[in-house]
Amino acid sequence: MKSLAKKRYHKAAPLMLVLLLLAAITGVAAVTTSSPATAATQVSEDDVAQGEKLFAANCATCHGMDAQGQEDIAPSLVGVGAAAVDFQVGTGRMPMQMSGPQARAKAPQFDQDQIDQLAGYVASLGAGPTVPTAEQVDGSLGDPANGMELFRTNCAMCHGSVGGGGALTQGKYAPSLWATTPTHIYEAMLTGPQSMPVFNNANISSEGKRDVIAYLEEQRQPSPGGLKLGAIGPVAEGFWAWLVGIGLIIASTVWVGARSS
Amino acid sequence: MSQSDQSQETTEPDSFQDPGVPYHRPRLSDKDPKAAKRAERQVAAMFGISILGTVIAIWAYFGLHDMGEDVESIQQTNTVIGIGVMLAMFGIGWGAIHWAKTLMRDHEMVEERHELRSSDESRAGAIQNLKDGVEDSGIGASKEGVPRRGLLKGSLITAMLVAPLALLVPQIGNMGGDWNVGLLRHTMWKKGTRLARDPDGTPIKASDVTIGSAFHVIPEGLNEMGHGKLEAKAKAIVLMVRLDPRDLTIQPGREDWSFDGIVAYSKVCTHVGCPVALYEQQTHHLLCPCHQSTFDVSDGAKVVFGPAKRPLPQLPIAVDDEGYIIAKSDFDEPVGPSYWDRLKTPDGDLTPEEGSH
Amino acid sequence: MGTKLNNAAAGTANYVDERTSIGGFVKFFARKIFPDHWSFMLGEVALYSFIVLLISGVFLTAFFVPSMDIIHYDGTFPTMQGVEMSRAFASTLDTSFEVPGGLLMRQIHHWAALLFTASILFHMARVFFTGAFRKPREINWLIGFTLMIMSLAAGFTGYSLPDDVLSGNGLRIIDGIVKAIPIIGTYISYWLFGGEFPGEVLIPRLFTAHVLLVPALILGLIALHLFLVFLHKHTQYPGGGRTHKNVVGLPLFPVYTAKAGGFFFVVFGVIAFMGAFFTINPVWNYGPYDPSPVSAGTQPDWYILFVDGALRMMPGELWGFPFEWVIGGYTLSMNLLIPGLIMPALLFGFMAFYPWFEAWATGDRGEKHVLDRPRNAPVRTGIGVAVITFYVILVLEGSNDIVANLFHLSLNDLTIFFRFAIFILPVVAFMVTKRFCLGLQRKDRELVLHGNETGRIVRHENGEYIEVHEPLDEQARWIAVNYDDIAPSVVAPSHNDRGVERKGHKFDRFKHRLSRFYFEDRVSPVTPAELEEAQHHH
Repeated sequence: MKSLAKKRYHKAAPLMLVLLLLAAITGVAAVTTSSPATAATQVSEDDVAQGEKLFAANCATCHGMDAQGQEDIAPSLVGVGAAAVDFQVGTGRMPMQMSGPQARAKAPQFDQDQIDQLAGYVASLGAGPTVPTAEQVDGSLGDPANGMELFRTNCAMCHGSVGGGGALTQGKYAPSLWATTPTHIYEAMLTGPQSMPVFNNANISSEGKRDVIAYLEEQRQPSPGGLKLGAIGPVAEGFWAWLVGIGLIIASTVWVGARSS
Repeated sequence: MSQSDQSQETTEPDSFQDPGVPYHRPRLSDKDPKAAKRAERQVAAMFGISILGTVIAIWAYFGLHDMGEDVESIQQTNTVIGIGVMLAMFGIGWGAIHWAKTLMRDHEMVEERHELRSSDESRAGAIQNLKDGVEDSGIGASKEGVPRRGLLKGSLITAMLVAPLALLVPQIGNMGGDWNVGLLRHTMWKKGTRLARDPDGTPIKASDVTIGSAFHVIPEGLNEMGHGKLEAKAKAIVLMVRLDPRDLTIQPGREDWSFDGIVAYSKVCTHVGCPVALYEQQTHHLLCPCHQSTFDVSDGAKVVFGPAKRPLPQLPIAVDDEGYIIAKSDFDEPVGPSYWDRLKTPDGDLTPEEGSH
Repeated sequence: MGTKLNNAAAGTANYVDERTSIGGFVKFFARKIFPDHWSFMLGEVALYSFIVLLISGVFLTAFFVPSMDIIHYDGTFPTMQGVEMSRAFASTLDTSFEVPGGLLMRQIHHWAALLFTASILFHMARVFFTGAFRKPREINWLIGFTLMIMSLAAGFTGYSLPDDVLSGNGLRIIDGIVKAIPIIGTYISYWLFGGEFPGEVLIPRLFTAHVLLVPALILGLIALHLFLVFLHKHTQYPGGGRTHKNVVGLPLFPVYTAKAGGFFFVVFGVIAFMGAFFTINPVWNYGPYDPSPVSAGTQPDWYILFVDGALRMMPGELWGFPFEWVIGGYTLSMNLLIPGLIMPALLFGFMAFYPWFEAWATGDRGEKHVLDRPRNAPVRTGIGVAVITFYVILVLEGSNDIVANLFHLSLNDLTIFFRFAIFILPVVAFMVTKRFCLGLQRKDRELVLHGNETGRIVRHENGEYIEVHEPLDEQARWIAVNYDDIAPSVVAPSHNDRGVERKGHKFDRFKHRLSRFYFEDRVSPVTPAELEEAQHHH
C-alpha cells in the first residue's frame, strides 16, 4: 500500500511541474485552475461573438473571413471542431508565423479564455470533435500497459518508442511528447493535425487514448538505468560510447603512457 | 631532390647517425625521497579507495536491495552499486599505474630481435624429416623397395572430405524446419476475412474509417491463433487509410479493390521487410522508418523515394452486409522483400512488374 | 616470517617447475621488453573490454532464459503489466528490475560491447596508419581482422537476445537481405529461423552462438594474436637507438604488469561508470517483439550502422534505372545485394588483404619493426583516411533521421547529399590527407635545416633584424630524418634490343603505375650535407 501511495505521488509531480512551467512561460496562471474542458463545453453566445472577432483579426487572412479556407494556403475550418482549435492555438502552432515544412509549436499567442472563445466560434460553424473532459485525459485512471501496446502500434513509428519525437519526410518531423499536456495529446489523436493521421474514437477508443496518455506520463519518470541519452535508441548510445567511453579511455592511455615528472 | 645527387658532391655521410637511446631523465621521485614517499602514500590511498568502493557495492546490495515498484528505487540501486564497482576498479587501476609510473624503475632497456626465419640448417632438417615421413607412409615418391600407395592417399582424402557430411547433412537438414518456402507466397488473408484492429483484434466497420484516418490492421482471428501466430502476423499486417476519393488514383485492374477512398496495403516493406508504418496524411506518403522507402498511398503505393523498388502489395477489400470491411482475397503476389523465385508459382509465372527488365 | 614465506614460495616454485619446466617460460617472459606509447594500449582496451564482457556475461546467463515461449508478464514494471511476451524478454525485464545489480550488469555488458568493437577499430586504425601490419605481421593483421569480424558477430547475436521490437526488426532486416541472395536465399532464411520468420527457435540458437561458439572462437584467436605479438616482439616508434633489429622499452615484470594490469581495472572502471549512470538498450521502452510495431530511430548498434546506412543510401531506382532485375522470371535485388553484401565484402576484403597489396605494390619486402610516422607514408595515410571517410558517411546516412531531426534538416536531402558524397568525399579526403602529410614532411625538413623559431629578435650590425632559430637537438632531428626515401620502381624497356616485345612488360607497367601512385610525390629526408649547407648560409 505504501509503495502504491508513493507511486501516485511521483506520477503526478512531473505533470504538475509541466503544467506549472507552461503557466510560467505563457504567463497565464489560469491554465491550472480553470479546466479548458468545462470552459469549452459551456460556451456562451457572447464567447462565440468574441471568438469571431478574434478569428477575423488573427486567422481570417489565411483561413478566410468565413473560415472556408483558401486553396494551397490554408484549409477550411468548418467542422474541424473545438478540439482542433484548442490544440492548434493552445500549442502555439496557430497562428502560424512563417511558412515551413510544418507549423512549429511555440508559446501560445492567446490566453485560455481567448482560445476557448475561438474554439467556440469555430465549433459553431460546423459540428466537430470537442475538447475532452478532465476525466478523459486523466492518465492516473488509464492502463499504461495497454497504452504501451496502442502507442507502439499506432504512434511509435513517428514519435519514437517513448515519445521522444522523430523525423518525417522532407524536413517534417513528429514532435516530442514529453512536455505536451494530456489534453493536447488527446486532441492531437482525435483531430490528426498536419501530417498526423486521425485516430478517431472508433479507431482508438476514448479509454484507449487515456491509456496512451497514461503510458506517456510514465515516460516522464526517470529511467531505471540512469540518464536517458534522449531515449532515441542505439545511435545516441553509440555516440556516447565513442564520446564518453572511448574519450575517457584514450585520456587514460595517454596518462599511462606519459612519463612521470 | 633525391639523396644521390647530393652525396656525390660532398664528403658528408649519406645520412645522419643514430644518436642512440636518450639518456634517462630522473623523475621527481628518483631525486627526492620525500616525493617518493608522497607517491607511495598516494598509491596506498588509491588502493584504499578501491576497498571503499567494494564496501559501497556490497552495502548497496544489502541496503538497497528492496527494489520497489517505482522506477526511482531501481535507478538508485543501479547507480549506487555501479559507483561502488567503479571505485573498486578505478582504485586498483589508478594505484597500480601510479606506482609503476613513479616508483618502479623507468630506465629503458634494449632487447635484441632475431630474424624470424629459421636457419637454413633447421629448414633443411625440417624438409628431410617430412620427406622421410612421406616415404615411410608410402604416399610419396617411393624409395627403392617401398611400394608407392597412391590409392591410400586418394581414398583417405576423399573419406576425410565427405565424412563431415555425415554430421552436417542431418544438422543442416533439421535446422530449416519443413523447408516449405512456398509458405512465403501466402498470407492468412482470404475471401471474407474481416479486417481487425491491431493489437486488440476487433473488426472494423467502413463507417469507422473517417477521411485522414490510419488503421493498423490484422486479420480477424489472428489473436486467437496459438502456434504460428507471429509468423502469420509477420506477413498479414496491413495499413488501411481513407483518402478523399478525389485524391485517389485507382490503378488499372484494381477498380474494385478499394471502397469509397478506403485502401489497404501490406505493411511489410518490399525492401527488407520492416513494417512500413509511418503515414503522413497530408501528402499520403507512407514512410518506412528503417530505411526510408517512401510509398505514395494515393497512387498505388508506388515508390517515390528510397531503396525499395516495388510498390506495396494491395489487399483487395469490400464491405460485408453488416458494414464490416472484409478482404476479397489474399494478396495477389508475395508480400515483403524480394527473393529469387517470388514470381514463380507452381501454376506458372506471375507477370513481372512493369518497368522491370 | 619473511624467510618462511620465501621458503614456501621457493618450495611451490620448485614443485611446479619440476612438473612443467615453467622456469624457462618465466625467464623468457618476465623481463620481455615492451615499448611505451599510449597508442600501444588500444589493443589492450579491446582485450580488457572482452574480459569485462566475459565477467558480466556469466552474471547475465544466470538469469536470462533463452526461450521464445509466450507468457504474460506479471512482474513489477507498470507499462508491461499483462503484456504477452517471450520468456527471453520477460527474463530480461526481471534481470533488470528484480535482480539487484542485474540492470547494472546488463548495462555494463552492453557498454562493454560497444567499447569492444570501438576499441578494435581504433586499434586497427593505429596499426594501419603506423604500418605495423608489414612483414612479419601480415598474418597477425589477418587474425586481428577476423577478431574484428567476430566482435561484430558477437555484438549482433547478443543485441538480438532480449527479443524486443528494436532487435526483432533488426533480425527482420537480416532476413530480408538473406532472402535476396540468388537461388538459395529463402533456404538460408529457413535454415536460420527454423522455418518462416520469426519462428520459435531463433533465440535459443542465437544464445548458443553468443555464449559458446563466438566467444570460444574469439578466445582462441586472441590467444593466437597474443602469441604472435610475443613471437614478433612489439613494434616501436622511431627514435634514438630504435632499429629494426632491437626493441627498446620497459620490462614486462614489474612495470608492464603494473601498468597493463592496472589499466584493465581502469577500463573496467570506465565501463562501470557508464553502466552506473547511462541507460543503454532500454528494452522496456521498445516492448516485446511483435512483427507489427516499429519505432522512429530503428537502428542497429553503432558497429552495424554502416550497413544500415548503405541500405538507406542505395536507391531502388535511379533516373529510371531499376536496381531490381527480373531475369527469366527470377528476381535479382541488386538494391539489397549491393549495400547488404557486396559493399561489406569489398570493404572487408580490402581491409583484410591490404598488407599483401601494399607489399606487392611497393615491392617492400624486408622485416619492419620500426613504425612509420603516418606523414612519412602519405599515400597509405591518405588511403586510410579515405576509407574512414567512406565508413563515416555510411554511419551518418545510417543515422540520417536522427541527424535530420536534431538539426532540422530534411532526411531526403541528407540522403541525396550522401549519395554523391560517398563517391566524392573519400577521393577528396585522400588528396587532402596526402598533401597534408607532404606538407608535414616539408615542415620537418624546415625544422631540421633551420631549427625552431625562438621568438627572439636580434638586430645585426648592418641593421637587419632576424629571428634567432634554435637548432633541433640530436634526438628530435633523428626522428625527423630517419625514414626510408623510396623512389618509384623503374620499368625495364618494353622491347628488347631486337625490337621484340618483352613478355610481361604490360604487367610491369601496371606495377610501375602502382609504385608511382605510392612514391611519386615524396619529400626526401634532410642529409647531413644539406644541413651543413643550410648552416653555412647563416
